[in-house]
Amino acid sequence: MNKIKEFVDRFGLPRIIIVAFLLLLCVAAIMLEIPITDLISDALVRTGMNGILVLSMVPGILAGIGLNFGIPIGIVCGLLGGLLAIQFNLTGFTAFFTAVAISIPLALVAGYFYGLLLNRVKGSEMTIATYVGFSIVSLMSIGWLVLPFTSEDMRWPIGTGLRTTITLQGRYERLLNDWGSFNIMNVTVPTGLLLFMLFFCFLVWAYLRTRTGVAMIAAGDNPKFATASGINVNRMRVTGTMLSTALSAVGIVVYSQSFGFIQLYQAPMFMSFAAVAAVLIGGASIKKANITNVIIGTLLFQSLLVVSLPVANKILADVSSLAEIARIVISNGIILYALTQIGGGE
Amino acid sequence: MNTDHKNDHYVLDMRDIGKVYYGTRVLGGINLQLKPGEIHAVLGENGAGKSTLMNILFGMSVIHNTGGFEGQVVVDGEETFITSPVEAMHKGIGMVHQEFMLIPGYSITENIKLNREITNPGLLSRIAGKRLEILDFDAMNKDARKALDKLGLNIEEWVKVAGLPVSFMQFVEIARELDKENLKVLVFDEPTAVLTETDADRLLETMRMIASEGIAILFITHRLDEVKRVADRITVLRDGQHVATKNIEDTDVFEMANLMVGREIKMTTAEVDTSTDKKVKLEIKDLYVDMPGEVVKGISLDILDGEILGVGGLAGQGKIGLANGIMGLYESEGSVMLDGKEVILNNPEKALKQGLAFVSEDRRGIGLLLDTSIELNIVITAMQIQRQFLKQYGPLSQRENNRIRQHALKMIEELDIRCTGPQQITRRLSGGNQQKVCIARALTLNPKVLFVSEPTRGIDVGAKKLVLDTLVQLNKEHGMTIIMTSSELAELRMISHRIAIINEGKLEGILPPNASDVDFGLMMAGEYHKVKGREVKADE
Repeated sequence: MNKIKEFVDRFGLPRIIIVAFLLLLCVAAIMLEIPITDLISDALVRTGMNGILVLSMVPGILAGIGLNFGIPIGIVCGLLGGLLAIQFNLTGFTAFFTAVAISIPLALVAGYFYGLLLNRVKGSEMTIATYVGFSIVSLMSIGWLVLPFTSEDMRWPIGTGLRTTITLQGRYERLLNDWGSFNIMNVTVPTGLLLFMLFFCFLVWAYLRTRTGVAMIAAGDNPKFATASGINVNRMRVTGTMLSTALSAVGIVVYSQSFGFIQLYQAPMFMSFAAVAAVLIGGASIKKANITNVIIGTLLFQSLLVVSLPVANKILADVSSLAEIARIVISNGIILYALTQIGGGE
Repeated sequence: MNTDHKNDHYVLDMRDIGKVYYGTRVLGGINLQLKPGEIHAVLGENGAGKSTLMNILFGMSVIHNTGGFEGQVVVDGEETFITSPVEAMHKGIGMVHQEFMLIPGYSITENIKLNREITNPGLLSRIAGKRLEILDFDAMNKDARKALDKLGLNIEEWVKVAGLPVSFMQFVEIARELDKENLKVLVFDEPTAVLTETDADRLLETMRMIASEGIAILFITHRLDEVKRVADRITVLRDGQHVATKNIEDTDVFEMANLMVGREIKMTTAEVDTSTDKKVKLEIKDLYVDMPGEVVKGISLDILDGEILGVGGLAGQGKIGLANGIMGLYESEGSVMLDGKEVILNNPEKALKQGLAFVSEDRRGIGLLLDTSIELNIVITAMQIQRQFLKQYGPLSQRENNRIRQHALKMIEELDIRCTGPQQITRRLSGGNQQKVCIARALTLNPKVLFVSEPTRGIDVGAKKLVLDTLVQLNKEHGMTIIMTSSELAELRMISHRIAIINEGKLEGILPPNASDVDFGLMMAGEYHKVKGREVKADE
């Protein structure tokens, strides 16, 4: 009995409830004769493509700016990188890594100024971040119309500006997904995608063990303590914000290549919410987060979405408009639940 | 002047009051009687039980949430059981707070009348009840004017409180209490602490005036000269016990100081080191520190090599600000020399790098990362400042977990930190063990001078001794220079070689640990030089 209690304490009740809900959905899926292997493949892909976006929450949380609702800033930097790779007419891994290489410095610069802003609004970072995110998406909506991109692949055939979705077919679509992928019991494992995500998880893990990383965690955990230990708290917060922004830029490039499209305009608007929900479900709080939280959280959150949609569709097959509503209710419901269940799991 | 009948009549009678918090007795056997129109001073050091007594009187929730109190409270001859400050107000007991409880954005009238507004029925209130009646500002202004006039306060009642000088706020607060019609007892909690001398004089006069109208005043303070000037009677508390109640004519400043501080000293005092050949380790000159509530206003002090210097004084006088200022945690100005080298102020990193270390008085706020392991808490400052416990891979560093673990285990053993292991988070440790983690962190820096502030605050008696023993051991075996700030005079006298008393942001004087209680009491009350000076003159 004690062992069970200890396990519940360690894993956290919210996660147990979510796992139970997920299992319930899987049973329902099997009973409704939805091919479960497809669902598992899907869940793996979605975990890999969202993983780095979720990972971008970690430096923000640890540096003390809370949940970084402002990752759309990094996301537009990543999108810019992705677009420039097409503009240069690159293909394959060259295109992908060029996109990553361009987006990181852009995101670091943007993150620096964003970090300075957050230092001026201590205590209400998350609200400010949300609106900074919204603003940057709207601002870039104008940007996508006026930026001087000339590649015919990206522009509207008539008129000015970039298309809302730009295909990556023949460029770097599903590059990582397919790299070294294999089938096992009808489940496709996107090896490259998962390895790329794990590689970034490793980088962040190693960073958190450096002198700067330790200082950043201390600054986020207890700013007064950090000051008394000679740590420049504001500088550490900016560093954390820059890292978070850069990771989200890489995250969106990975996301796009897996999705097969670059989505512009309003698409990044609510991406931060999914990332926040995933890391919270994984057991992070506003002050604490680690790599395990990221991996578990992304896996659970994305699996839930992947499994719940076909199940809802099947059950509500006759009233097809309800299925879409059910989808929104379920995904936002999970986010809401995650936000109310902050805490647990050490 | 009082008739016999009035003499027998107490407006407030607290009988045999006691209070236990979580098994620790903080108050016991307190008797306090107030006659109408008298000014009764309650004296005591910090932590003597003054605030607890007042919390009981006002029925604060801290008292009732922790099991209530012992004894009886009789107001106007009627035994009462006050369970909330509002009830206290209805019984005619008012308080002028030390920190002003005023709403800055409201006018003086609004503040005075808050929650006791005069209202007229309006259209809405007929439908929705009394809470939506219309405020009668004319009547309220008149009342406020009356209260202000009574205090001789020449200020318009419609002025907003925000931006008023401190002394005015104090008077507005008094006016608010005076405006309450059935006021019988008014408590002044350290009312002169924030006032200038002239304002304080005026306040004392006002208190006299209020008392002459038959209102009893409970005057909480540690300024003995003020007590001597206005009080009719005094009650002295010490360590939660009732020490004495006396008529003011029967006592003097010396006796009051003695009653306040004096305790049977069970613990031995440190030996007095008379050698004078020690060199100066840390030289503080004209140090000003802007720490809210603990402002330092120009302290010059030499700290000798290898000594334990105690820094004492009452709360809010600036003793805490001294260490915090030198360590760069609060804006400071002046000159501090360590071994003849200038210490750069306002920069914690530089101060730490030069070999100063600090164990903060705010253990849980500044001293610890509460949700982080003991081992990381111990090494983190040394890691940041001296790049210890790191392995370099070119420009990249990684923490060296083996060495961190080894060092933590060594510290846990040396300081006897009771824990489940070096990975336990510090939040779960008891106060004494948390304090030892803080000390371990400071020691890891291998400092030349160690500042320790309030090392025994909030920890139990057994752990207190261990912490103090640790400091003595460090001093004796490693010759470490230690500056210990503490509110507890007894512990300062137990381990310090010299004790500096800070009063009103300045150095009042330095005493050997075996100096008399009276001297300590006088110094802490800021009366030492006045009284002694007079004595010297009298001798001449």
